[in-house]
Amino acid sequence: MQSIFTITRPLKDVPKSVRLLLLIAFLLQCLWHFYFSNLQITKQEMPYPQQSDVYRLISLGDSISAARFVMLWAQAFDNQPGLSLSLKELDYAKVVEWLNLVLDLDSKTQYPLLAAARFYAEVQEPAKQRQMIVFIKAAFLKDPDRRWRAMAHAVYIAKHRIKDMSLAVECARLLRLHATGKNVPYWAKQMEFFVLEDMGELGAAKILISGLLESGELDDKHQQQFLRSRLKDIEQRQSMNSTIEQLSIP
Amino acid sequence: MMQTGRLLAITKYSVLEALRDRFLHLIFAGFLIFFLSSIFVGELAITETLQTQVSIFAFLLRLFCVFTLSLFVITSMIRQFNDKGFELILSQPIPRYIYLFGKLFGYLVIAIFMSFACFVCLLAYADMLSSAMWSVSLLCELLLFLTLSVLCVFTLESVTLAFSVVIGFYALSRSIEIIQLISDSPILESVDLSHRFIDWGIDILAYVIPSLHRFTQTEWLAYGIQADRDYIYILIQTFIYTILIFLAALYDLYRKEL
Repeated sequence: MQSIFTITRPLKDVPKSVRLLLLIAFLLQCLWHFYFSNLQITKQEMPYPQQSDVYRLISLGDSISAARFVMLWAQAFDNQPGLSLSLKELDYAKVVEWLNLVLDLDSKTQYPLLAAARFYAEVQEPAKQRQMIVFIKAAFLKDPDRRWRAMAHAVYIAKHRIKDMSLAVECARLLRLHATGKNVPYWAKQMEFFVLEDMGELGAAKILISGLLESGELDDKHQQQFLRSRLKDIEQRQSMNSTIEQLSIP
Repeated sequence: MMQTGRLLAITKYSVLEALRDRFLHLIFAGFLIFFLSSIFVGELAITETLQTQVSIFAFLLRLFCVFTLSLFVITSMIRQFNDKGFELILSQPIPRYIYLFGKLFGYLVIAIFMSFACFVCLLAYADMLSSAMWSVSLLCELLLFLTLSVLCVFTLESVTLAFSVVIGFYALSRSIEIIQLISDSPILESVDLSHRFIDWGIDILAYVIPSLHRFTQTEWLAYGIQADRDYIYILIQTFIYTILIFLAALYDLYRKEL
């Protein structure tokens, strides 16, 4: 078998003129690059995406791979050649369009939802964080049993990052009402009680827990026990509150 | 018996040509580069790392296998025409169909090797059943395209033309369903005769080319095998279309004047 590195004739057999011209051509290329290369660092604006069919066509019908390529591109958009943009500089309306496109190309992926919750919602700007929650809510409602994780994360963002308890309750309520599949863990379905408790809405939390216990939906004995203990805690807190209120009346 | 011996000899020399042409070096280098790229991609992903890696790795592998094998088949056949090896073989008492079978079997052996190599590589990211199904489907795709490449060489007798047709055919057969959906879209709905004419043209085209978008789906690797009938469809479609292209190639071969 002929080797790749077969040497046919020694180097000295190459005419000097050819060797010299080769060297000159190489130096010319280096000089050309040195004098005329126009490296400018320019900030690129994120464009709006095309329709998903365009990406399906470009990827020759492999929409799953297209979704992954698009997602990685969108995620890395803040790192441009010679520049590192902060998330605040990104237009989140366009980001949402790109994330929706990824979901359109691959409806089974959780990537855009988790990127919205864990990456884009890290921005220190409540308006943009809310945009991410709106995106997660809309996507969650289309396939709640598969996308409950991102919604649970949205509750956390609303409660601890934006500190908007009513938004957190709204997200947690959507989780309770829509993510009813067996694969969704109880802690996710019960997030609403804890948020309500933290808000001091003890009455509402008590009604929800009592309702859940009476409905018989909970098969797990440990879960039932846990919720009963929470119910007792709430009742104790309520009686303490009423005692304090009575004492404080002049 | 004698014909089988001749067929096997042609097959053997087609495989030997791949070895001597350093085609397997190219396959190894390509697979290695794509595997390393997929590791890099895994570093970028913030979640679903395995699915992201396997999707991009499989996408690159599929395109690489189809295009390199088609190019190899086309250049190998053209070289045989130019070296007069084609005339030399057919001047022997070998029926033309045996020559065509021999060449196709030789290329099929290379295709089997390529799809097996893909199967082994994919095991790094996907389970055995998904990788096996994907690789078998890739083999079907490769079988279709190596036969098509032979047909294009017999018909067009030029590397550039034959390879351009193969690439065009691949792009079209993988995306024909999307083109049909776009042309049937209510946004584009028009009563113009030209639009209707194009619409009919696309529909007719869809009848005569295989729906390759159902072949070698990345979804199997990323989300596991689904219980649908795609696999049976792929096997039957490959069988029907390979026979069709094979007979077209044989038709052209019998018409060739030595």
